[in-house]
Amino acid sequence: MKKITSLFFLICVFLVATAQVGDTGTEQAPEMADALRSSGKIYVVVAVVVTILLGLFIYLFRLDRKISKLEKGKY
Amino acid sequence: MLRQSWWKILSLVLLIITFIAGFLGGVPAKPILNETIRNLYFHVSMWFTMMILFIVSLVYSIKYLRSNNQVHDRYALEFAKTGIVFGLLGLITGMIWANYTWGKPWNNDPKQLGAAIALLIYFAYMVLRNSLTDEDKRAKTAAVYNIFAFAMLIPTLWVIPRLMDSLHPGGMGNPAFDTKDIDSRMRMIFWPAAVPGWTLLAVWITTLRIRLRSLHDIKLNA
Repeated sequence: MKKITSLFFLICVFLVATAQVGDTGTEQAPEMADALRSSGKIYVVVAVVVTILLGLFIYLFRLDRKISKLEKGKY
Repeated sequence: MLRQSWWKILSLVLLIITFIAGFLGGVPAKPILNETIRNLYFHVSMWFTMMILFIVSLVYSIKYLRSNNQVHDRYALEFAKTGIVFGLLGLITGMIWANYTWGKPWNNDPKQLGAAIALLIYFAYMVLRNSLTDEDKRAKTAAVYNIFAFAMLIPTLWVIPRLMDSLHPGGMGNPAFDTKDIDSRMRMIFWPAAVPGWTLLAVWITTLRIRLRSLHDIKLNA
């Protein structure tokens, strides 16, 4: 429980720290993918990438549990 | 379950932050780099993870030489293996990026060559291990070699890239990125989320491999 609390605390610290970073002066010129983001499609990529990440982690958690079972001698 | 694996969940949380903020967060607009500046969270993190794992592997090799405990040798081996995987991912992602910014995937850039040499030296670590059949001899030779392999990382990844001209961001200075290119918004994702997130993931994979390997050994000796 203590560890979960400290984990939560860490995340909060991170979020607060991120929120305090102000925008630095933006220089003009080089073209960025603003159009892509304003039309909303970058969120599609984010969804795809996060899905892959979650899938990989589920796989790893299951593998971890299987190895734990083997270690306890439950073949 | 949660009690033992809080750092595994931390890794997941940090990587989710990295992936979402990495794509949606603000980045400075730079010529040539454009949106690829976001590679900092992914490509550069691969190299940082590799370096950390190789340091851990080095520590276990030294521990082996002091203790002659086979467990330390196994730790050194598995950390080096995962380190190689992350190094290869760093090299491949770098080549993909170079293809669209430099025009060719391989430009014989000092940073590319240094990274390739460093990885080849670690491949040789695996070859050397597999060429020896006696367990104690293998562990001892591999541990000594691992120390030299790590020593070679210093010129190939830290010194030469600083001395020679390079196309890579950071140019003649920093081997990883130009500290003037990235701003505080990017630093707030890179240092607290991307680097520890990827590193914890790599450590997790390594511990799984170590556990699997010791189960295998138990079965062989039974």
